[in-house]
Amino acid sequence: MNSFQEVFIRYRELMEIAVYGVAILLILIGLYAVLTKKHLVKVVIGLSIMDAGVNLLFVGVGYITNHTAPIFSPGYEDAADKMVDPVPQALVLTAIVIGFAVTALALSLVIRLYRHHKTANIEQLNSLRW
Amino acid sequence: MLKKIFVLFLLTVTGVALWQSFRHAPFGENRVGDVENPETVSAFYLKHSPETLHTANSVTAIVVNFRGFDTLGEVTVLFLAATGLASILYRRKEDEEEEGGHLPVRVKLKSSTLVRTGAKILFPLILLLGIYVFVHGHLTPGGGFQGGAIIATGFLLMFITYKRFNVNHKIMVWLESLSGLAFVLIGLYGLVAYGSFLQNIPWTGRLNDLISGGLIPLIYIFIGIKVATELTNVLDTLMNTKPRKK
Repeated sequence: MNSFQEVFIRYRELMEIAVYGVAILLILIGLYAVLTKKHLVKVVIGLSIMDAGVNLLFVGVGYITNHTAPIFSPGYEDAADKMVDPVPQALVLTAIVIGFAVTALALSLVIRLYRHHKTANIEQLNSLRW
Repeated sequence: MLKKIFVLFLLTVTGVALWQSFRHAPFGENRVGDVENPETVSAFYLKHSPETLHTANSVTAIVVNFRGFDTLGEVTVLFLAATGLASILYRRKEDEEEEGGHLPVRVKLKSSTLVRTGAKILFPLILLLGIYVFVHGHLTPGGGFQGGAIIATGFLLMFITYKRFNVNHKIMVWLESLSGLAFVLIGLYGLVAYGSFLQNIPWTGRLNDLISGGLIPLIYIFIGIKVATELTNVLDTLMNTKPRKK
């Protein structure tokens, strides 16, 4: 094994830690916010961060080292074997739109709760507690 | 204290489980396989997007053509979210009058001259960029959803700059419904003419032409209009939400 290969493998490991690590970290940060925060808007922000983490993880799985975007622009018409996986990107496009819909609906519910109870703190929303 | 420990435990378990499972899918590994003799669905899409559909952007080809029915469902989810938001935040006229005034209290202070002039200049340019992005959705990165989101940001700029800027709801609702209906009609045309829902027409033009890919640009233009009007409606609803007066 020559030194170039060694550098390449080290680079790949580093990128794996960087992309997967950051994505999983985002998911964990979002989960932490959802589990511990008292204010409902912060819970919605946590959901949003989790969403971003899952999307990043998904696109990261589809990446292929040294391959280009799956777009056959002029000059790249025959480069199909040099392109990254397009399926995760298409699915993430769907997931982003659904994430937007979820965030918008959740925020509207929070606004409604705030209007009714004058607070968005889940500790004080105790009308269903026994 | 116990709760904190439990949360930490849960986070650790989740993190380790995710990390361990993704160790089995090494980063940057080629999992697509041979494109010429496709064995995976990705390779199939990469082979047939330029060859049979003549669509340069294969993500667009997947979203609008191969998985077009999925996208119809996605557009429906977006529509339901916009409708649900409007109905959850709906307020009766009497309530509004009770609380005084029709003018939304979205911005209390007047924006500066600089912001108002800048917004006026930027607004048509943002609309133009959005339209460009969704018309070229099959050639360049972008498409209906992205172009629609760009147009909605243009409207957001106007909403936060001008107090009295209002969109015509009737036009918005009509545009939204007609573009959604057009999407379904294109799908039904495929069903009637070629035997399966959202089937593309056989004529697909030449790779990298503006008019290529059969029905793909047409569908993406309708999706762009629909997403733009829906996001603008969501923004409008959220911006006009008033806090209850004491």
